[in-house]
Amino acid sequence: MTATGNAEGFGASVKRKEDQRFLTGKGNYTDDINRRGQSYAHFVRSPHAHARIRGIDASAALAMPGVLTVLTGQDVAADKLGGLICGWTIHSKDGSPMKAPAHPILALDEVRFVGDHVAVVIAETASQAKDAAEAVAVDYDVLPAVVSTADAAKPGSPLVHADVPSNLCYQWELGDKAATEAAFKNAAHIVSLDLVNNRLIPNPMEPRAAVGDYDSGTGTFTLFTTSQNPHLARLVLSAFVGIAPEHKLRVVAPDVGGGFGSKIFIYSEEAVCVWAAKKVDRPVKWTSDRSEAFLSDAHGRDHVSHAELAVDAEGRFLGLHVRTTAAMGAYLHTFSAAVPTYLYGTLLAGQYTTPAIYVEVDAVFTNTAPVDAYRGAGRPEATYLLERIVECAARDLGKDPAELRRLNFIRKFPYATPVALEYDVGDFDASMDRALELAEYSTFPARKAEAARRGKLRGIGFSAYIEACGLAPSRVAGALGAGVGLFESAQVRFNPTGNVQVFTGCHSHGQGHETTYAQLVSEHLGVSLDNIEIIHGDTAQVQYGLGTYGSRSGSVGGSAIIKAADKIIAKGRKIVAYRMEASVDDIEFKAGVFKVAGTDKQMTIAEVAFNAYVPHNYPLEELEPGLDENAFYDPQNFTFPSGTHICEVEIDPETGVTQIVKFTAVDDFGRIINPMIVHGQVHGGIAQGIGQAMLEGCHYDEETGQLITGSFMDYCMPRADDLPNFTIDATETACTHNPIGVKGCGEAGAIGSPPAVINAVTDAIGIRHMDMPATPERVWRAIQSTRLPRAAE
Amino acid sequence: MSSITISMSVNGKAVTAAAEPRTLLVEFLRETLKLTGTHVGCDTSQCGACVVHVDGKSVKSCTMLAATAEGAAITTIEGLAKDGELHPMQAAFREHHGLQCGFCTPGMVMSAVDLVSRHPNPDEHTVREQLEGNICRCTGYHNIVKAVIAGAAAMRS
Amino acid sequence: MYEFSYHKASSVAEAAGLIASHPDAKLMSGGQTLIPTLKQRLAAPSDVIDLSKIAELKGIKVAGNVVTIGAGTLHAEVAASKDVQAAIPALAALAGNIGDAQVRNRGTLGGSIANNDPAADYPGAVVALGATVITNKRRIAGDDFFTGMFETALEADEIVTAVEFPKAEKANYQKFPNPASRYAMVGAFVAKTASGVRVAITGAGPTVFRWNDAEAALSKSLTAAALDGVKASADNLNSDIHASADYRAHLIGVLAKRAVVALG
Repeated sequence: MTATGNAEGFGASVKRKEDQRFLTGKGNYTDDINRRGQSYAHFVRSPHAHARIRGIDASAALAMPGVLTVLTGQDVAADKLGGLICGWTIHSKDGSPMKAPAHPILALDEVRFVGDHVAVVIAETASQAKDAAEAVAVDYDVLPAVVSTADAAKPGSPLVHADVPSNLCYQWELGDKAATEAAFKNAAHIVSLDLVNNRLIPNPMEPRAAVGDYDSGTGTFTLFTTSQNPHLARLVLSAFVGIAPEHKLRVVAPDVGGGFGSKIFIYSEEAVCVWAAKKVDRPVKWTSDRSEAFLSDAHGRDHVSHAELAVDAEGRFLGLHVRTTAAMGAYLHTFSAAVPTYLYGTLLAGQYTTPAIYVEVDAVFTNTAPVDAYRGAGRPEATYLLERIVECAARDLGKDPAELRRLNFIRKFPYATPVALEYDVGDFDASMDRALELAEYSTFPARKAEAARRGKLRGIGFSAYIEACGLAPSRVAGALGAGVGLFESAQVRFNPTGNVQVFTGCHSHGQGHETTYAQLVSEHLGVSLDNIEIIHGDTAQVQYGLGTYGSRSGSVGGSAIIKAADKIIAKGRKIVAYRMEASVDDIEFKAGVFKVAGTDKQMTIAEVAFNAYVPHNYPLEELEPGLDENAFYDPQNFTFPSGTHICEVEIDPETGVTQIVKFTAVDDFGRIINPMIVHGQVHGGIAQGIGQAMLEGCHYDEETGQLITGSFMDYCMPRADDLPNFTIDATETACTHNPIGVKGCGEAGAIGSPPAVINAVTDAIGIRHMDMPATPERVWRAIQSTRLPRAAE
Repeated sequence: MSSITISMSVNGKAVTAAAEPRTLLVEFLRETLKLTGTHVGCDTSQCGACVVHVDGKSVKSCTMLAATAEGAAITTIEGLAKDGELHPMQAAFREHHGLQCGFCTPGMVMSAVDLVSRHPNPDEHTVREQLEGNICRCTGYHNIVKAVIAGAAAMRS
Repeated sequence: MYEFSYHKASSVAEAAGLIASHPDAKLMSGGQTLIPTLKQRLAAPSDVIDLSKIAELKGIKVAGNVVTIGAGTLHAEVAASKDVQAAIPALAALAGNIGDAQVRNRGTLGGSIANNDPAADYPGAVVALGATVITNKRRIAGDDFFTGMFETALEADEIVTAVEFPKAEKANYQKFPNPASRYAMVGAFVAKTASGVRVAITGAGPTVFRWNDAEAALSKSLTAAALDGVKASADNLNSDIHASADYRAHLIGVLAKRAVVALG
């Protein structure tokens, strides 16, 4: 890209175009949509973690005021609808494909977690539907359940699916086992660590919602839904559930109030609403309340791991062996199989030259809500494990944790890791140096001493992370088991008067695409921001798209836009060449103006657009009218954002209350389109990471399988007074393989921060490890453990 | 189903409508009056997406019956900007990128405006404490805090 | 919510008449606990009697050594009251730290104590300050008012109208909020009153209770050091995912000491 001096273009902290509507209450979220004649759905959900359905008696509910119908799994089966699917197929060590039990949109004969969908009541009002749902009598034969990830595969554990032995979905491996074993034989030190990556509930502030509509005149279904990727929803609902063929199913994701992964997936409720709309011949609306969201949104993380790191006498990492058990919940969800494998095992090299790595992952079913991607998806799990064991290595070896990391940094790029990735570029020293400077690491001992004088424990913790972003590349994803390509598409359409509509498959639900994509186009085509509109989220308007997740919108979606914009420029050059009677090769384009080289002849891009739509005498064999171009972009590789996070905490030893006194993040996201927005993404990611490390944790009752953390009264969401201001900076090594040099920034905060927090907390207390979240009681107990009198010394 | 007639002033306009006694103020605003700027993010009075002003004080409209608001003057996010001009707090949220997905924003802004009426010159600590009743999942609060401090300054001048 | 009939009472007498004639009704003051309970369908009253517009339930009066706060007075009003701040600053501070700003703009003293949530703050003040709860029928000593988890000495048709708080020589309330809900996980209210040192603990057990051992120790010496070696028993304390009974017992000691230090 050329530096055009565009004040609204690449690199400018432009204020967001989307803010006006959100700030004035004019956003258009799914629950804000009301269709004429709308009815309301309420779901009957399983109160049991595991039960056989002996029968459902809806007669009392059907007799209640306003009730239109009650639908059950039997109705789904009678209509021969398919179930929900997992888009990735993982193969076990022995070559066998993963076990993917059926996931019906309403339970047929068995329920497998508290909140599982049993039936739906459709009524004139939401209250009537809810009233009647209580009157649906379900006869359950309660079965034994397992909710513990660690216990799920143990002999004697109840089976979630009768046909999945030991609850094992797959037993996957990656890396060179023999080389890793050899590395351990040569090790001077072996550092080992057991750790749990706590289960989380994503909780975007907008609960999920869906409005299904059916037009019997045209036979067309419309689904308004809280989705991060409406095209994928349409594909699954068409091809797998079988609601309607794609050309008869429009999916609209209007304004969406946050997703963090949890709205990537295709859920039962949206399938049921659009299916039921035809059955009742009325629009059907469902809006989750928060309690339902806790039960039925896909959860995140939930790993139990054992790791060992082989280190030589100087501190160089020789080998890493990881064994992880990952929960899938009761059913495989849209992406769930890929998360603890290709988004996890592949990241275990981190920033280090560890030559031999071997990872084994057992994925297990449990009687809990499905577990799928949540901000970071696999990469936070890898980073947490690696940055914790590296920290333990530093402590075991008595080395400075920053220096031990530096000793092992990768410095030559491209770098092929032992776990299947090729890092194209990076500069880990640069982010570490800057982070140490901003965090004032050198003067930390003085701060610790000062805190000690006040009776407080102060600690500092590091995390040097790398992530793989920008899903695609389709070639790689396909080889790894992805059911679809993961390219992105864009359309750039000039209207005759010179303004531009850009259609993208990357939905925006907080990321600010309507601004950053417009900046990209403004920079590239020399059109002012006011004259650019970004359109997303509607399958009837947007050609295609794979959606927003995996920090892919900039690197993949943005590159698709640039590719389409380049086609606009190429077309413009042809038009100008024709109009100016010059050779196409002589037409130059810069900052919105086409020039005939070496002359003063020129046309603005707006003039070209107008010309393109009034083509009275174009040579039609060579030049078509119009200025409207489509592109599909599929990258060659992942992008690899990286960085260093440093957390400094102060603990009140009397209560265990831990305060983050400073949090520093220095990230390398490649080139940055809008620093204001990128910093905002980092802040939000860090808040979720700190949430995981200190506050959040999903608990199911081990005996009953009931969700204990079923509301904000018990699930601890980070609030303003839990968090500090963040110290943020960036270093830059541009991505080498996409046209804009960006890497992605949406997940880094959630990936880098949790180990920094736990490293700081354990440093402050002087212990080796503590599982997340570091709640006051856990911290207090850990402090007590360090103060116990030593036995028999 | 019995319904009652409820009258109140909303954003300066007198409104009267029938509703069930169990209707929450937020339901009355969103469903009866179609003022969908006020949001519902939880069912335990924790998240604050539904905050509106009732007689000038910030209140969680999901935790108040519409019937209780009979005769009250309600201001919602739709009523904050005047003559097409953003309220200084709205403008500060835009200027400081204090919003991402926008869902918590209406409640956050309404709480912030009320906060300034109690604390005209709030520092960071006060803002963080006073926003205890509003949960944002996107921003990490960093820019919200900046926006509220700036918005308070703009409201003073 | 289940369906119910709604009544707006304009006087205590009218409310009392309504509750007497509607035995399955619920009284609603600020509604900050009742409405969430109704939304979760954990209660199904036939009628809701709204007390929020009853003028005689509102207001703060200071007369001599007694601060009388109407049951319908908002937490925000108590917190902001210059009179309360001057007479019993710990009480104003407690009110200013209940829930969040929006809850304080609706929640009332009477609603809080009549509900007697084990994690509520006000019961600590009522007991530690030796307050008297006034109802439409009688006066109830603070010590006798809170009888168990969500249970009080109130009769079914009895309405709290005000609470009389005697001024304390010194008082302080220390709260350890539940990280998720922000209710008190443990609260310790320490007061030096005319009748001696009183220590009330809220949040930790099924209902507010006086910590007798601490009172005995502090009566001898009103210093934090006096509590060294005085341990709260974990027996009968609440235990949940946020805090075990042991940890709550430990926090009782820490917070009580901090309250004593804050007494100055």
